[in-house]
Order: sequence, then structure tokens, then C-alpha cells
Amino acid sequence: MKKKNFDQLQEELFFEELENGLSVYILPKPEFSKTYATFTTKYGSIDDQFVPLGEKEFINVPDGIAHFLEHKMFEKKDGDVFQKFSENGASANAFTSFTRTAYLFSSTSKVSENLETLIDFVQSPYFTEETVEKEKGIIGQEITMYEDNADWRLYFGTIQNMYHTHPVRVDIAGTIDSITDITKDHLYQCYDTFYHPSNMVLFIVGSVDPEKIIDQVKASQNRRDFKNQAPIQRHFDEEPASVAKKHHQLNMDVQVPKCMLGLKASNVTLQGKDLLRRELAVNTALDVLFGRTSKHYTKLYEEGLIDDSFTFDFSQELGYGFALLGGNTRDPDKLSQTVQSILIEEAQHSSITDEQINSVKKKNIGGFLRSLNSPEFIANQFTRYTFNEMDLFDAVPTLETLTKEDIAAALSDLAQPEHITSFYILPKEKEAVE
Amino acid sequence: MRIEPKTVKKQGISIHTIKTKQFKTNQLVIKFRAPLQKGDVTARALLPYILQSGTKKWPTTASFRTYLDNLYGANAQVDVSKKGESHIISFSVDIANERFLKDSSPLTKEAFNVLAEMLFNPLVEGDAFNSKIVEQEKRSLKQRLEAARDDKMRYASQRLIEEMCEGEPFALHPHGSVEEVDSITPEKLYHAYKKMINEDAVDFYVVGDINEEEIAELCEKYLSFEPRAALADEKAGYSQKEEPKKVVEKQSIKQGKLNMGFRTGTVYGENDYIPLVMMNGILGGFPHSKLFINVREKESLAYYAASRMESHKGLILIMSGVDPGKIDRASDIILEQLKAIQNGDISSKELDQTRAVMKNQMLETLDSARGIVEVLYQGDVSGNEFTIEEWFGKVDKVTKEDIVTVSQKVQMDTTYILTGKEEA
Repeated sequence: MKKKNFDQLQEELFFEELENGLSVYILPKPEFSKTYATFTTKYGSIDDQFVPLGEKEFINVPDGIAHFLEHKMFEKKDGDVFQKFSENGASANAFTSFTRTAYLFSSTSKVSENLETLIDFVQSPYFTEETVEKEKGIIGQEITMYEDNADWRLYFGTIQNMYHTHPVRVDIAGTIDSITDITKDHLYQCYDTFYHPSNMVLFIVGSVDPEKIIDQVKASQNRRDFKNQAPIQRHFDEEPASVAKKHHQLNMDVQVPKCMLGLKASNVTLQGKDLLRRELAVNTALDVLFGRTSKHYTKLYEEGLIDDSFTFDFSQELGYGFALLGGNTRDPDKLSQTVQSILIEEAQHSSITDEQINSVKKKNIGGFLRSLNSPEFIANQFTRYTFNEMDLFDAVPTLETLTKEDIAAALSDLAQPEHITSFYILPKEKEAVE
Repeated sequence: MRIEPKTVKKQGISIHTIKTKQFKTNQLVIKFRAPLQKGDVTARALLPYILQSGTKKWPTTASFRTYLDNLYGANAQVDVSKKGESHIISFSVDIANERFLKDSSPLTKEAFNVLAEMLFNPLVEGDAFNSKIVEQEKRSLKQRLEAARDDKMRYASQRLIEEMCEGEPFALHPHGSVEEVDSITPEKLYHAYKKMINEDAVDFYVVGDINEEEIAELCEKYLSFEPRAALADEKAGYSQKEEPKKVVEKQSIKQGKLNMGFRTGTVYGENDYIPLVMMNGILGGFPHSKLFINVREKESLAYYAASRMESHKGLILIMSGVDPGKIDRASDIILEQLKAIQNGDISSKELDQTRAVMKNQMLETLDSARGIVEVLYQGDVSGNEFTIEEWFGKVDKVTKEDIVTVSQKVQMDTTYILTGKEEA
């Protein structure tokens, strides 16, 4: 087992790649009561075209299947895994994103029993036609809940505006129609292809002894027989650089309009240090321009175009990436035009100063320290970084090396008029209450 | 996990220091508490947002936030909430512990300074706040209140409380009401500010790797309050409804929201409070609970079906999102689960699981500075000092009979349903 020390942060990280390809990371936090563990596969909603394990041809699977699979992993022949976690005082959960599916628990006692349960249930698929059918009602209600959620519709509407073909434009849970077609055979096919240990990361943070943990994980993997697996072949259709739609809007039962701008990233093959630099540079630029210390934020706030729901963020993965900016507003048109013209102007003639950048750097150094108070942040973000060949602990040192030029270049690359789109949620016309 | 808060109480002001090496930042939280009442609540809700928007030293949000960013991203936040019939205004400053920075100039003192500046050096002109800031923040508050109603899950929860507790202070939203915003003037607001500073019950918490003597000195220097009378313990009564109330509202939505409110007659700190918490856990607090198993797993009716407690008001609130055509079915199943508990249908497995996850949940909450403050404040508000040993001891002692007894006091009060309407 390798060990890395972060002296200034007073943290240690242990790592080992097991024979079957599973990457295991352990970050001891002896002052904490709890241990938090995530078992994550590099498989998310965008992986809808691939060559199944042992086959030769690409197949297309129904939208929402990665998320459906996540739900079904919890049900076993002898019942629901939640029951077992509860017996051992653990709180368990899972989530599916565009690129990852993570299973997790946290507990303040019986860590080794709970870790065994986590590994065991994720590595023992059990699907039947009957249980698959039953889940359709539950996930159907999950989909409907999100359909009624204006903030979610705003988020997805903006992404759909940006992308022509890339599956990031499809809701992670799919649609009621698309999940109707899902069968147990689909689930096994996806499971066998994407849940091989070599495609997964186990991260454990908390009051643990790293040696004991690694021994336990090794023993659990030695009991299982995983054949070496060839690299997974995924396919994505050609995606144009431009946005699919410049603008779209949706009427919902809301009182306050919402406006979101999307900036679609180009050069989305970046990984590792280059990707890290880009993410940090764009986020720094956005923070300088639209953070609460900025003159633009002040002006927009004073004019009543934004309130404290206004947010912005940039993130990129292999194959897609975007910045999102927006929030609640009384005048979506005016907010959209103002923010777009600031971005385009700044992309051409950056006004960002060293003083502003230094202030953002300082804020983020403290912010990173604060994040290390959270075992959840450490495990989830570290895993996301690892899947993109980045190291979470490089973030601050990399940020410190960014120059004004790096930041201006990253912004001018992103904020090009044909890469910007807007989406609004607008109140429905008033109708008589029945 | 040992948390050993040191508390100093003096004339209505309590200072709590919690020394721990667990975190990389130090957290300061100050809470002001007054009775929750109509006519007051909206001005009080606006107040912290005014105080963080400008002080004499930092007259603009931008200058204040720039100062904080340069303190390694000190995080200053304000919040309003309610506990039972009390209204609470909170200010917090979370700041890096310089031990983990290359630059090691002391930061804790700075955090006190920031907090004191917000509280004691506001941007006032005579006996009124700056009118431009007041207008801006009134607009933001209105929008915040309206937007909160656009989130259907939150809206349905709030509407249940409004219908259930009609005429009781608890029906008020901690952020007040849109109608009251217009009548707030810079003068009225200043009056509310003076009242908060001089009359509210004050609890101040410091969590982190701190020197307790230094903290005492800093409190002396930065946070000196006039003495005040302790806040009377408000235990609001309510009139029992003759029949359970049912309210149905329609909007253009696809999923029905089913919210049900129950009176328990038991609040935080009372003898049967912990049995009630366990009862709620068995009913709907966790994924092994009866609601999750029966509404979601067995019948596939919902994605979420859960219950939670309003600990200082003595309510159990159940919420679920179901197809509009299946609301009655879901409601029947939910009531059957409560009935089952009242009839003693509780397995020893359910008891063990609930005990284990409750303990785990508590310890996990105490793994964050904010969680520590909230758990301690729960007790401090009701005059019951929280200790983990006592809490664990009580949880261990609860029997099935205790749970059945307390469950029999639980009474259905109001059902609120938000459902779809035919599209025109």
C-alpha cells in the first residue's frame, strides 16, 4: 500500500490497486466518529452505447438504465439491503450522475460489517422480471417529481439547448416511456460490462485503520473470481461545436421567472492536469466577474435582476462540458442580455486584474480547507477527479500557479457567441382557479 | 465522540465553547431568539440580510465580501428559522484555522471582528437603516418568499403547517409573509434591530481548535450585550379539532403531494420525548421504516414517503409524492402504519434497527461543527442541557411498551393535498 502525506493539511492518503484492478483509497480521520465509504463505478447516464462484455457489436440501451440499475442493486433474494445496513446502524444511499454510479454508507460503529455489506451487495447482482417491473412505479414517481421541479427543468432545459446528440442531454432517470422497455437482461448486460473492479474505485474516509481495511478488502476480492476484462468500448455520436438551440423556454406553475445561461465547452478531450487547469481557470474567471464582490453582481443586484439564488459553475468531463449561470429573476430577457454581453466583452478584452485573482485564490484555499471537514466531499470529489485522471489534492497547488493570462484565455475560449444559449422558466398565464 | 461544551450563562446571554481538533476551520454562531409573532416576523426575517449588506466599516456587500475573501474565504452567513413558537435569527462566521495555512497570521480574532461589525456597527442614519439597502432587501425577501412557494414539495409542507396551525404563531413562515414586506420602513426595522440586540435571548457558540481563555477575552472585547431577562418558556396551546381537517388545492402539476400532520402532545425534553422520536423512526424516519417499506417498496406508490418531527412544537409531519389518482390509497396505507404501531405491531428487529440508526444519526450530526451547534441549541432553547451520554442512555431504555403508549397519544389533525388540474 502506498502512502501520500499532505503536511500542510495534516492529512494522509493510502492507496493500492488490487490484482483485479480495483483502486482502493483510504483517508484516516481519527477525530471523526463516522466512517464514510463510497464504491463507485465509472458508469453513468451518458454510457448508452457500448460493446457489452464478451460481444463484438455496439448496442444502444434505453435511457435511464444506469439509474434503474442503481435502484435494483439494493434488492436481493433475501430482501432489501437497506434492512441490513440499518441493523448495523449505518445509513446507506446511492446516486447516479452523468458519468458515475456511487453506492455509499456512513456509520459510527460496525464499520467492518458495513463495508462487507457494501462490497458484497454491489458485487452480487440479483434481478428478476418481477422486481424490475415493480421498480417502474417507484422510478416513475421519481421522474414525475423532477418534472414538477422548476429548478431541475431549468437545469436540464439549458443542457438540452446546448447539445444536439450527446446523451448528457437526456435526463439521468430517463422518461416514463424509456424505462418501460427495461428488462432484467438489459440490467445484467450493463452490470457485467461496467461493474468490473477495474472500472471501479472504493474510497473510505473516517476513523479507520488503513492496514485492517485494505486486508479486509483484499480478502473480500480474493473470494470472488473476476476474469481480466478488456477495456470498455463506448461510443458517442458526433457532437457539433455550436449549441443546438440559442434559446428555449417553458411555462410552469411558478410565480418567479428563472433564467439560465449555458456556455458549451469546446476541446472536450482534455483529461488530467490540463482539465484541472481549465476548470480552475474558468471558475476563477466567473468568480471574479460574477461573484458577490464583483461590480457586475452589485449592479445586477441593485437593479433587481438577480437575488441571492444567482449561481454559476463550470465543469467538464470527457466528451462534454459547460458553464451554467443564472437564478430567479423578474426579467429573464434583461438578465440574459446583460450577462451575455459581459461575457462576450470580457472574452475579447479581459478586465480581470491580479488583485482580483489573488482574492479568489485566497478564498478558494480557505474553501478547500473547509471542504476537508466533510468526509462526503473528500470521497465523492476525489473519485470524480480520479475518473478524469486528476488529483483532488493538486487543486490548490494548481490554482496557485494560474496567471491572469491563463484565466483570460480560458474565458475567451469558452465565451463565444455561438456557444452560448439561454433557457427560461416562465409563469403560466393566469387562469381561473377551479 | 465526546463533546464537552463549556457554558457560561449571564443575564440572558449564554456563551458555549466546544473545543475540538476535528475541523480545519473554526466556527462562530450567534443565535437571537424571540417569540414568534405576526407583525414582527417579517421585519425580523429581513434584519439579518440588512445587517450583512452594509456596515459602517464595509458599507457595501462588495467591500464586505472582499474583506472576507482575503481572510482565506471566511464564510459569513445569516439565517432565520423557528423552533416551536420561537423565532430565531442566526449569524455565523466560519474561518480557516491558520495552522493549516502557509501564512499563519491569527484568524479567530478576525472572525470575532467580522461578527461584531455586522451586529454592532450597522449602516444607520439617525434612527433608521440606509433606505436604499432596505428597499433592495425588501425586494429580495419578497422574491425569496415567492420562489419558495414555487418549490412544490416545500410549498405543500408549508401549506400543511398553515392549515393545521391556523391561528397559532407556529403557522407563520420564519421568513414572514409577502403582505407584510411592504409596510416595513427603515425606522421600523431599526426598532426591530434594537429590540433584537437588547431583548432577545442570545446563545453564542464557538466550535474548533481554540483556546478557551482567549475566547473568553474575545467575547468580552467584541460581544458585550446589555443584561436582559430570560425569555419565558412559551408552550403554546392549541384547540383540538372536532374532526380531522382536509384541504385540497390544485395546480398545474403532474405529481400529487400528500402531506399529513399529527399532534403528539409531547415536546423536546419531556419524559416521553425519546420514545416519540423512536416511534417516528419506526414509522417513517428511515429506509427500514414502515412508510418506506409499505408505501414505496410493497406498493410502488411513491419515490418518497417519510415522516419527520417538529420537536419543539410536538408535531409529526408525513410527506409523500404520489400519482394524483392514488392519493387515497397512499393515505390509507399511511394511516394503517400508524394504527399498526398503536396496536403494538412492532418487531424486535424494527426496535433494534431504529435504535442503531438513531444513535448513528446523532453521532454523525456531531461530526460537523454546524451539527454540534444545532444539537446543543435544541437543548439550550428548552432549558434541557444536552449530553450525549444521557441521550444514549435514554435511547437504550426505551421499550416497545413506551413506544406504543406514546403512539396512542398521536392524533390525526390535518391532511393537505396538492394535486394536478386538467390542462386548459
